[in-house]
Amino acid sequence: MSYQVNEKGYYGDFGGAFIPEMLYPNVEELRSQYLEIMQEEDFQKEFRQLLKDYVGRPTPLYFAERFSQKYGTKIYLKREDLCHTGAHKVNNTVGQILMAKRLGKNRIIAETGAGQHGVATATVCALMGIECIVYMGEVDIKRQAPNVARMKMLGATVVPAISGSKTLKDATNEAIRDWINNPLDTHYIIGSVVGPHPYPDMVARFQSVISEEVKIQLKEKEGREAPDHVVACVGGGSNAAGIYYHYLDNEKVNIIAVEAAGEGILTGKSAATSALGREGIIHGSKTLLMQTDDGQITEPYSISAGLDYPGVGPMHANLFRTGRGEFISITDEDAMAAGLQLCKLEGIIPAIETAHALAIFDKRKFEKDEVVVVNLSGRGDKDLNTYIEHFNL
Amino acid sequence: MNRIKQKLQEKPSKKLLSIYFTAGYPEPDDTTTILQELQKSGVDMVEIGLPFSDPLADGPVIQKSSEAALKNGMTTNKLFSQLESIRESIDIPLLIMGYFNPILQYGVEKFCRKCSEIGIDGLIIPDLPLEEYELQYKEIFKQYDLLPVFLVTPQTSEERIREIDRASEGFIYMVSTAAVTGGTGGFGEAQKEYFDRVSKMGLQNPLIVGFGIKDSTSFEQATAVTNGAIIGSAFIKQLTDSGTSGISDFINSIR
Repeated sequence: MSYQVNEKGYYGDFGGAFIPEMLYPNVEELRSQYLEIMQEEDFQKEFRQLLKDYVGRPTPLYFAERFSQKYGTKIYLKREDLCHTGAHKVNNTVGQILMAKRLGKNRIIAETGAGQHGVATATVCALMGIECIVYMGEVDIKRQAPNVARMKMLGATVVPAISGSKTLKDATNEAIRDWINNPLDTHYIIGSVVGPHPYPDMVARFQSVISEEVKIQLKEKEGREAPDHVVACVGGGSNAAGIYYHYLDNEKVNIIAVEAAGEGILTGKSAATSALGREGIIHGSKTLLMQTDDGQITEPYSISAGLDYPGVGPMHANLFRTGRGEFISITDEDAMAAGLQLCKLEGIIPAIETAHALAIFDKRKFEKDEVVVVNLSGRGDKDLNTYIEHFNL
Repeated sequence: MNRIKQKLQEKPSKKLLSIYFTAGYPEPDDTTTILQELQKSGVDMVEIGLPFSDPLADGPVIQKSSEAALKNGMTTNKLFSQLESIRESIDIPLLIMGYFNPILQYGVEKFCRKCSEIGIDGLIIPDLPLEEYELQYKEIFKQYDLLPVFLVTPQTSEERIREIDRASEGFIYMVSTAAVTGGTGGFGEAQKEYFDRVSKMGLQNPLIVGFGIKDSTSFEQATAVTNGAIIGSAFIKQLTDSGTSGISDFINSIR
């Protein structure tokens, strides 16, 4: 059994392309060409070169000794926080901007929640000299002023999404509407493994460089390519898809997905999609999503803006339904404590999204000789205000 | 016989006019009144909009009406109960237009059965594309005599238009412009060329144009070589401004 996408664009029951006809030509253009373009030698050369010289790859696989000691197991951190712009997001935007160029597009649109994907998109657009428009919920623009400033400095136009709940899902709706209005010259750089096929697969492939490197690095350090567990936080799920990718079909590797419980799964303020979601359609994909009995999409909550999405990528929905993935949810409180703990134990300030993945060691036992690789997906600079407020620093 | 098919087989003296409105707007219980007023004003067909939280093919007017309708407490069950005995007073063709997720949650088969009991003639589900429809839902639509209506746009290839024509039995919904609903730019040469091009393809289904039709001028332009047109956002604006009492004046101003 494979956990990769099939030729119809599905991961088990999930995925597909539930898009209005207005988007069909754009999505079909991409679907019919993405694999071929990605496999071109030229493309690979340019992509690899940029990942190395511009993003700063390979990122280290770091053995966290004091952290490991505390929990009596072997914990490695994949340092995506050291990527240019501070998180794994840029792996995907570098890939997609090259894709956009090959497709002859000269205008880029993107959605962003906390602003990380917006910054990563604005960055590669500046690099290539391509026009960039980022949709961001009006509420998020107020909450994330530094990232809004970054995008502007990088030359992007930030457009407030004023529809619906004025957050990430609405920013995504606005980006999709922009694409409907500009079907010829525009490429939509989606920031996660969500959206209609082929986006989940394309983004996962661009992010798969993470586990490609882990295999080589772990071999050097442990004499084997595969760890016992791979751990990542999941909002839409792109950093998770990247670190799971080359282990998906190796069932000896346990896959752990960490969702944001917010204030607690049953409090009504949560983003734990696997626990609270049902099968449905969001942003062109059949997946698990949080919704009312009547099928209206509800607003999730998490202290971390990057995990604050009512759905989850179809790859992850399938990992959940088939039992291939172990899903754990972590509250705001526990994530914040785990973030601060990593600062003290390892001298690394993690993004709050990532802190959710670090919090599982208090919830779940690992054996002494087990190797656990955690994707340290982003750094915490962007979250300083939240840390300051939470701990009265 | 399905009322849409019947209507389209008549040889009308005027071009067809279809109206879209969002159920539950402006007032939660306006559905029946709006339908009665529309029928009285001579409208040929109506699309009843099932509101959705994330209407990604719609512009600001329909987004706002959907949001307001949901705030007014509109639900799938509520709409069905409002429509329970609608066929006692309404005999023009009725379609439900809605995004797929609420229908999926209700249960596609149950939804279709309910539609058929009420006397709904067709469904327009913008985010259920042809491929997914044929893969899973075609048989259910057939069983309940519901006509699926698919969209084509200025960017749709000739090959795909023919494919959509083969899969359709009622009419083809021609999206006038590459834009979300409620565009106000008017129609130029590009639209005229597109309307001409598709109308000369010799398709088996009639063509009805939607998106961006707001008054008699745009209605005439849209229907010059097609069979009819659909008005949505402009009608909703009218409801926002003067409620249900201005409906017949609005319709009379169109054709």
